[in-house]
Amino acid sequence: MEHKQLIIIGGGPAGMSAAVSACNEGIRDILIIEREEALGGILKQCIHNGFGLHKFGEQLTGPEYAERYSDNVKELGIPYITETMVVDVSDDRVVTAVNKEKGYFQIKADAIILAMGCRERSRGALNIPGARPAGIYTAGTAQKFVNIMGYMPGKRVVILGSGDIGLIMARRMTLEGAKVEAVCELMPYSGGLTRNIVQCLEDFGIPLLLSHTITEIHGKDRVEGVTICEVDEKRVPKKETARHIECDTILLSCGLIPENELSKSAGITLDRVTSGAVVDGDRQTSVPGIFACGNVLHVHDLVDFVSDEAEIAGKGAADFIKGIKEEKETVEIIPEGGVRYTVPQKVAKGEGASLYFRVADVYKNVTVALYDGENLIAKKKRPKVAPGEMERFEIKPEYLENAEKLTLKLIFG
Amino acid sequence: MYDVAIIGAGVIGSLIARELTKYSLSVVVIEKEADAALGATGANSGIVHAGFDAKPGSLKARFNVAGNKMMEEVCRQLGVSFKNNGSLVIGFDDEDKKVIEELYERGTKNGVERLEVIDSKRLHELEPNVSEKATVALYAPTGGIVCPYGLAIAALGNAMDNGADFRRCFEVKSLEFKDGFYEISDGSENICAKFVVNAAGVFSDAIARLVGDDSFKITPRKGEYMLCDKESGGIVSHTIFRTPSKMGKGILVSPTVDGNLLLGPTATDIDDKEDTSTTPEGLAVIANECLADVPGVPTRTVITSFAGLRSVDNKGDFIIDSPAKNFVNCAGIESPGLTSAPAIAVYVAELLEGLGLELKKNEAFNPYRTSMHEFRDMTMEEKNEKIKKEPAYGKIVCRCETISEGEIIRAIRENPGAVTVDGVKRRTRATMGRCGGGFCTPTIVEILARELGIKYEEVTKFGGESVYNFGKVK
Ligand SMILES: Cc1cc2nc3c(=O)[nH]c(=O)nc-3n(C[C@H](O)[C@H](O)[C@H](O)COP(=O)(O)OP(=O)(O)OC[C@H]3O[C@@H](n4cnc5c(N)ncnc54)[C@H](O)[C@@H]3O)c2cc1C
Ligand SMILES: Cc1cc2nc3c(=O)[nH]c(=O)nc-3n(C[C@H](O)[C@H](O)[C@H](O)COP(=O)(O)OP(=O)(O)OC[C@H]3O[C@@H](n4cnc5c(N)ncnc54)[C@H](O)[C@@H]3O)c2cc1C
Repeated sequence: MEHKQLIIIGGGPAGMSAAVSACNEGIRDILIIEREEALGGILKQCIHNGFGLHKFGEQLTGPEYAERYSDNVKELGIPYITETMVVDVSDDRVVTAVNKEKGYFQIKADAIILAMGCRERSRGALNIPGARPAGIYTAGTAQKFVNIMGYMPGKRVVILGSGDIGLIMARRMTLEGAKVEAVCELMPYSGGLTRNIVQCLEDFGIPLLLSHTITEIHGKDRVEGVTICEVDEKRVPKKETARHIECDTILLSCGLIPENELSKSAGITLDRVTSGAVVDGDRQTSVPGIFACGNVLHVHDLVDFVSDEAEIAGKGAADFIKGIKEEKETVEIIPEGGVRYTVPQKVAKGEGASLYFRVADVYKNVTVALYDGENLIAKKKRPKVAPGEMERFEIKPEYLENAEKLTLKLIFG
Repeated sequence: MYDVAIIGAGVIGSLIARELTKYSLSVVVIEKEADAALGATGANSGIVHAGFDAKPGSLKARFNVAGNKMMEEVCRQLGVSFKNNGSLVIGFDDEDKKVIEELYERGTKNGVERLEVIDSKRLHELEPNVSEKATVALYAPTGGIVCPYGLAIAALGNAMDNGADFRRCFEVKSLEFKDGFYEISDGSENICAKFVVNAAGVFSDAIARLVGDDSFKITPRKGEYMLCDKESGGIVSHTIFRTPSKMGKGILVSPTVDGNLLLGPTATDIDDKEDTSTTPEGLAVIANECLADVPGVPTRTVITSFAGLRSVDNKGDFIIDSPAKNFVNCAGIESPGLTSAPAIAVYVAELLEGLGLELKKNEAFNPYRTSMHEFRDMTMEEKNEKIKKEPAYGKIVCRCETISEGEIIRAIRENPGAVTVDGVKRRTRATMGRCGGGFCTPTIVEILARELGIKYEEVTKFGGESVYNFGKVK
């Protein structure tokens, strides 16, 4: 069987950044395997501005951001194959892939980095009742139709969910001459970035209806309209508020789900909240030598953080291959009271880490606090936190010295 | 001029067409939609019933038991997914027990083999995830599951391979018998045939009326379903029915042949024969009942919901008769119609013979068809052989179900060719996975446009006005 030191599955920003990082750590026998025709991942279809502010201090489009990394990959001579899909990963690190030239083939790797990205929640997963006409798309599918294929998927649009892709598509469809009737958001707040709400909706006069949902889809062949309702605090539709909006298209922007089918085939332990792997500070999963980063690990709002995380995974994999890491005791980080999850979920003693986390609701004037049992270890004040924006908390090595597990939570008021 | 025209490309019409191509006859299947299997055949439970439900002596009982016995072989010939997984009717109290014993009696009278009434211990050995509260069950080892639309499409495809024609998008609006044959019209075009078979599902009463038969009426009874991700398919291995009550046969929990988990159906009489929408009430009922029967049912892994319409007639049995010259009804074919279909097909051929149609054996008839999932089921070596010859099989289009471009092209080129995205879906399973087609739909639209030589914006989801795109961006 063919052998490689490092296989990276997925050539999006996460995969590319991990490859560059591992290469800079001295690993040369790498292979990036990408399903699509080119490197770049989902960024290829994100032709709007706003990428790279954190990483490069400038506003890039998605393809421009991706190109910085793909140029880097090419300059460093890191091998990659495209139009090749990985169909299986085993716990002893055998990768099975398929393409037109080689058919099905297997490669054994010393280490693997999972960087498969995520998928969007579909209509079926949302279980919206009603008819099943054409004209219902996830926002990302519509983005692909418009930006990659060059076709208009609709003229009168209602968007369900106020995730960033939906907001971006509201603007995009409007600029292309479509009428976006409304964006309905089930929660009393938007899941998207504030800057997108301003630049994509407010600037175009598109109404954002918070605490609203689509309760029924109408239309025989093509969508003809939707019934929308306001919802109460328990998110139950209030029937008396039902109203009809005529439209020919529904876009869904209701969240992203990490693509962890391969992780499951490798028997990797997944986090019930993130739907991604449980990892340590190096982004190593429960299966030794298999690492994960980017949207396959947890959903990011900003690609800049994906790149950062992938660098960590790339270095972690390089260290693993070199065998310079001895097995270390880890401390589990438990999310509690307002903190939904953290990544990593455990940190090795003596190492420290940046914890990324998300909160459960919009809160003002909170303190993020790290506890060892009853003892407060560290804290940080935040004027406002929201589920749509990822937060960060630094764990210093000294916090971990005497701990078995630590709790991260919000203190209100 | 055709010898026989069959109206409706559901499982009934398709299997009749195949049966008739065993004889030297010219046959046409006429369908109002853009594809086969878009009626009840496309949205049902897919259960090959054992045959203990129907009243002894009824056509339902007769064809159910006969069809059940034929199903495995028909599926083998046509390469259709079938599994003999066995059925269980579970009961929770003494009243249920009485009904289960009646079903046992009835089934035995109908000729169902190996029926057994089993106790709680045996039930939970067979199905550990069934509710602890279930105390008794009827076990029918002859029950099975089949891919219903797969069966109809394969049967029609095989009939076409053996010479039958398929006319899509032809809605029969009038039937006129003159000079010894029928003129079948959609208002603008005519198709002529000596014999006509009415297999028009919920619209079979309307078709019968075109030849003056107003002896029955079809009421559509909606059944809603939820389908769970393959990761949940293994929670039960048998088909689990609730003991029937006055409210109907109740909601079932069953694996599908593709390894998903199917929950449903509800039962609501409606007026509109085209209303296959799902309702919030219906979906809630399904979730509640399934959780009562199998408490671990993972309703959060639902990947889609859909609804089908049962053709319920006012006579209480299948209506298979000849109300007019050279004309046969296959009406009111509600459940167990899918199971009965192979037996009904043989019977209809006999009926037609009785009406004067000459059945001369077609020596060239080939009963076989390669499975639509042939590639999926190959070993890795076989797959590589295929990819070497046809590289398109190495390009995965649908990642959730691992469906290649080669399989999609085959679905478009092979009888009866897919002309829509849903057509590709039903033949290959592309877009049927957990992402709901988010990733692959644009690519499938592209392949369809290329293969059919039509514009990108002319590709539809299921025909008519169900387009995906309205033309190029500015
Ligand atoms: C539709 C959409 C729009 C977005 N818009 C913005 C935005 O405006 N601003 C912003 O900052 N962020 C945005 N994001 C987020 C940002 O793009 C992501 O955070 C970033 O792309 C994630 O990078 P990734 O490498 O983890 O995943 P991806 O970019 O999704 O890359 C994953 C790659 O893995 C490949 N792959 C998957 N499975 C396999 C397999 N089995 N075999 C081989 N290859 C495989 C895929 O083809 C893909 O190329 C958006 C995300 C989405 C989904
Ligand atoms: C909810 C539900 C659950 C079921 N479960 C089971 C089960 O588990 N097991 C089982 O054995 N059976 C089951 N059945 C029954 C089974 O699905 C049906 O008996 C079977 O599919 C009927 O097939 P058909 O060909 O008669 O009708 P259909 O599949 O409805 O086909 C009729 C066709 O005729 C076409 N047509 C109608 N009018 C015209 C016209 N004017 N011109 C041209 N074409 C026309 C329609 O478009 C349609 O394609 C179930 C049914 C339902 C609805």
